[in-house]
Order: sequence, then structure tokens, then C-alpha cells
Amino acid sequence: MLSIKNLSASVDGTEILKGLNLEVNAGEVHAIMGPNGSGKSTLASVVAGKDDYEVLGEITLNGKDILELAPEERAAEGVFLAFQYPVEIPGVSNVNFLKTAVNDIRAYKGLPPMVAKDFLKMLKEKQALVELDKKLSSRSVNEGFSGGEKKRNEIFQMAMLNPKLAILDETDSGLDIDALRIVANGVNKLKSLDNATIVITHYQRLLDYIIPDFVHVLYDGKIIKSGTKELALELEEKGYDWLIKPEMAQ
Amino acid sequence: MLEDKKQTFLANFVAKTADKDSSLAKQEALKALENLEFPTTREEYWKYTRVGKITNANYSQSPSFNVSDISRYLVEGLEAYIVVFVNGFFSEELSDISKAKGITICPIAKARKEYVDQFEQYFGGLSKHESQFFSAVNTVYNTNGVYLNIQKNSLVDKPIHMINLTDAENAAYNPRNLFVVEENAEVTIINSYETVSGSSFTNSTTEIYVKEGANVDSYILQNQSETSNQVNEIDVVQKANSTYTANTVTLNGGLVRNNYNIEVKGQGCETNLYGLYLTSGNQHIDNHTIVDHIEPNCESNEVYIGVMDDASTAVFNGKVFVRSEAQKTNAYQQNKNMLLTDNASAYSKPELEIYADDVKCSHGSTTGQVDEEAIFYLQTRGVSEVSARKMMIRAFANEILDNIKIDALRDILESKIDERFS
Repeated sequence: MLSIKNLSASVDGTEILKGLNLEVNAGEVHAIMGPNGSGKSTLASVVAGKDDYEVLGEITLNGKDILELAPEERAAEGVFLAFQYPVEIPGVSNVNFLKTAVNDIRAYKGLPPMVAKDFLKMLKEKQALVELDKKLSSRSVNEGFSGGEKKRNEIFQMAMLNPKLAILDETDSGLDIDALRIVANGVNKLKSLDNATIVITHYQRLLDYIIPDFVHVLYDGKIIKSGTKELALELEEKGYDWLIKPEMAQ
Repeated sequence: MLEDKKQTFLANFVAKTADKDSSLAKQEALKALENLEFPTTREEYWKYTRVGKITNANYSQSPSFNVSDISRYLVEGLEAYIVVFVNGFFSEELSDISKAKGITICPIAKARKEYVDQFEQYFGGLSKHESQFFSAVNTVYNTNGVYLNIQKNSLVDKPIHMINLTDAENAAYNPRNLFVVEENAEVTIINSYETVSGSSFTNSTTEIYVKEGANVDSYILQNQSETSNQVNEIDVVQKANSTYTANTVTLNGGLVRNNYNIEVKGQGCETNLYGLYLTSGNQHIDNHTIVDHIEPNCESNEVYIGVMDDASTAVFNGKVFVRSEAQKTNAYQQNKNMLLTDNASAYSKPELEIYADDVKCSHGSTTGQVDEEAIFYLQTRGVSEVSARKMMIRAFANEILDNIKIDALRDILESKIDERFS
């Protein structure tokens, strides 16, 4: 589904990603772990299409080159990014913006706008999925939301847009254990054989709830180790040093 | 040389003012004009606005007009009393004020003859014709406008919509309005300015008397062509327990200057000033407001919001005076500007002058750009960049649009704004 080949990304001449390779197939959950500053959030931003970066290499989604697509076109192709720090947008209502988003994506696919009744039905279903208070969906996007509400709102939006590839950037940060369970539960329910999830996280804790098929360690702009979920447990126990030190010695 | 320029400018009006007006205000203004000159940026009040666009143009009063259909200048879906002026002439045919109840409404030229006592009492009582050049010009050479008197305790059943149109080349006109809203009366007044064709200079002066317990909800919609300029003075006096709300929406125009002067002369008053201006091209929109709290226990709210595109300029100067007697005043003032390009500019100066010691006053000003993080966030959800920007601008403008109590009017403004940014 997602194929990243020899990806490098720099900002103002500083290289952050340095030849990264990653293959994600439909139905899989991949976890990307790594110390601070290793390039995890940059990877998420580059895949989503943020244009602050000088990018080289190749990213394809189901065989389609997405590097030359605008962020909204990537979204329409099925890429979704759950932000580490969801942006507050005063004056833009959650519901109205989602209606525009859903219909802009439908227009991209040559489909007519969704009937209002169907949209409301979907809205209710997906709200229930992440246990999001109805009041929150009619409020301005993320404005005055607590940390947990913001993260739940991200998963709610993901549910509404039904992406092929979801990238969750540190979705567990700032969550208490109940909120973490609700968010993880939402993600698990949205999982299918047709979609894939990339979970970016610092902690093994989230991976107790969202079980990954593969775990990758990102360090200094490259994936230095890949494994299965046991790797995350090993990292929890030993930290990153045992992986990094031989790397540095080379 | 400068004197010549002033005489040439004034000569455009002299011969054609048919109206006989022997009011004291006119005499005062005539006298003042002997010494008043065109405003310059050397005076603080006009520091950021050069009036050369107006004073260098070759204006004249148009002798007639050709407008016969005003449907596109009405507020769709709004039942209203309609008063139409074209090039400064009242059009009885295009107007519809026949069934107005509890109110006196007529062209000001007619009121001058028919309501002599009221006229003497109110005309020129508030306007700044002795100190401001354009106000003096208006007071001497006003062509037409509306005299409105809302009787005591009358709740006017429909808004009164005054439509000011121009359809001539270099047409100059001086609309003069006098509104007297008697005790406990309520009225909604819309004043719209549009260009049918050509270019114009609108020099408007409006005096509004808001008596005890009265409630005035007023709207000014400026949507003239980019070659049309406007100076607009609104002078208001509020008596005890009255409410005056002004919504000033500027969508288009060349050089636009609005001067609000509000005297709050009674306890328990509420004053609301809301402004929205969207500028583009080389437009220059300047809003100056003065709210003068003279008596205690009053409240004023002022919010002006602007979005500046291209190489346009916006100026905001809001002054709130709280006199020593005006204890327990609650005054709030805010100006927010969004610049869409590097060439657009905003000059913002909120001012508070407080002489009382038991008051709650705050003011603030912000000037910024569209939040690019928010645009990216919306894009990652599938919203196109254009729609995302439109959403952000609308959200910014909504703070003012949400105050508009007339649904039909708000709908029209919303769609005009959406059209502009799509």
C-alpha cells in the first residue's frame, strides 16, 4: 500500500530524514519508535504533504506517486494524519468543516455531495465510536478542547474520512489511561484488511492497546532496526542506546 | 494655489444647489469654509489618509439619472421601507414609504419646508461642520437625504432601507440625513451605498438623536466601485437608557473614510460599534470612531475586523473618552486585522482617555496573517487550499457577521464574502 524509498527531507539545509525506506501493506499496523529528534514527526508531515521540506526520494500509495500531490489530494487518495498537536481553529465549526472535507474528497473521486441525512447518520455513528460529546462536534475545531478531547477529535475525524493509510503522530501523548483506551479502541475498530495504520510513539504503553505487526526504530533520519511487537518490549526494557551505539561506531 | 483648488472644488457644488436653506448651521458652515482647508496628513485626525484622490478629481453634481431598476440593490427576502436616491436625487418612483406607520419619513429638502420647528431644533446640532472640512461642505451643499422621525413608543414594523446609488461619471453628491428617534421608539435603519456605473464622490453626513429608552439598530453597507470615494460622518447623541448599535460593513470602494462621533449623554446607555472591512487592490479604508462617555453607568462595545488583500490599506482609530462624571463605565474596544499579502497594510490605534476612577475599560489591537498551520491541518482532511483559506477568513469575519440581527442581510453578506474569496 505505502512504499517509501530512499526518502530524504531537509529544512533550511539541515537534513532530517536521510534515506528512509518503509513498506506498509494493507491490513498491517506498523509502529515507529525512536528517541526525540530522530525524525518521526517529520516523516509524518512529509507523507501528509507539508511543504516546509526539501524532499528527495519516492513515496507511493497503491502504486501512485503522491509526492507531487497537494495535501488535500493526498487526503482524497486516502492519507490521514492524526496530529501530535491538533490545531485550534476558532470560528470554524467541527461539523461544517467535516462536511466540506467529506464532500471535497467525494468531488475528487467524482462522487456527488453526501445527502444531509446520511451525513448526520454517519456523524452520530462515528461520534459514538470515540465516545465524543455531541457538543464538541458543533463547537469550533479543537477550540478550548482538553488534551484528551483533541486526540479523540482526531480519531473522530479519521473515522469520518475513512482513510486507507492513517498515521497517528504521538496520539498517546497527553492522554490519561481512560482516554488512551478510548482512542485505541476507536483505532482498532476502524482497522480492516483494506487499510493500514502507522503509529508513531515514544512509549510501549500505547502498543499494549494497538498491537503492531511490525515495529521500526527511527534514528537520525533512518530506520535502523525493524522487528515484531517484541522489539517494542525490548526497547521499553533497554532503551535505545544498545541500538544507537553500534550505529555511531560505524 | 491651494486656495484656488479649494474654490474650484467648491464651485462644483455652488450653482447647482437649488435648495433654499437659511439654517443657522448652514451659515456657520459657510463661515467655517472660509478658513477650513482640505485635511492633510499633518493633522493627527487624517494622519494615515491622504484625500488627494478626492481633491484632485474633477467632480460635479450630476443633473439627472437613468436608473429604473433597483432590484439588485435590495436585500433579497427582506421586507423594508425603501428610500432611493440616485446621484443625490430622491426618486419617488423607486421608493416605497407609502404605508409607514408611526413615523415621518421624507427627503430632507421637503422636511426643511414642512417641519420647520423640528428642523431648526435638530439640524446641524451634532455635525462637525465648524471644524471638519467635509462636514462643512455637506452642511452647505447637501443635495438630499432623509429626514426621519420615529414617534414616541413606536416600534417600526419593518427596517428602513436607504439606497444610495450613482450612475454618472465623476458624480459628487452630499447626502444629508437627520434621524430623530423619540422616547422608547425602536427602529432598524440600513444605509447602502452602491455604484450602478461611473465613478463618484459621496460626502455623507448623518445626525442621529436617540432619545430616552430608544433603540436604534443601524447598518451601513458600502459597496461602491473602486473609482468611487466616500467620506461618511455619523454624529449620534444618546439619552438615558437608550441603545445605539452601528454595523459598518465595507466591501468595496476606492477611498472610504467613516467618522463616527457618539456622545453618550445619559445613564444606562448601551453603545455597540461593529465594523467589518474587506479591502483589495489599492483600496484605502479608514474607520475613525469616538465614543464619549459623559454620564455614569453606561456600556460600550466596539469591535472592528478587517481583511486586507493585495496592496490595500486599512486604518482604524477608535477613541473612547470616559469623563470624570462617568463612573461605572464599561468600555471594550478591539481591532483585529488579517493581512493576506506582504503589500497590504494596517494602521491601528485604539485609544482610551479615562478621567473617572471607577471604570472597567479595555482595548486591544492585533494584526496578523492567516494561520498556515490551520490551513495545512484543514488540507490534510481533504479541504482544498482555497476552501481552507475561505473558511479561515469567514471564521474571522463571523465575529462581526454574527452580530447582524437581520437574517436576510447576513445571508447576503456571507455569500458576497464567500464569492470574493473563491
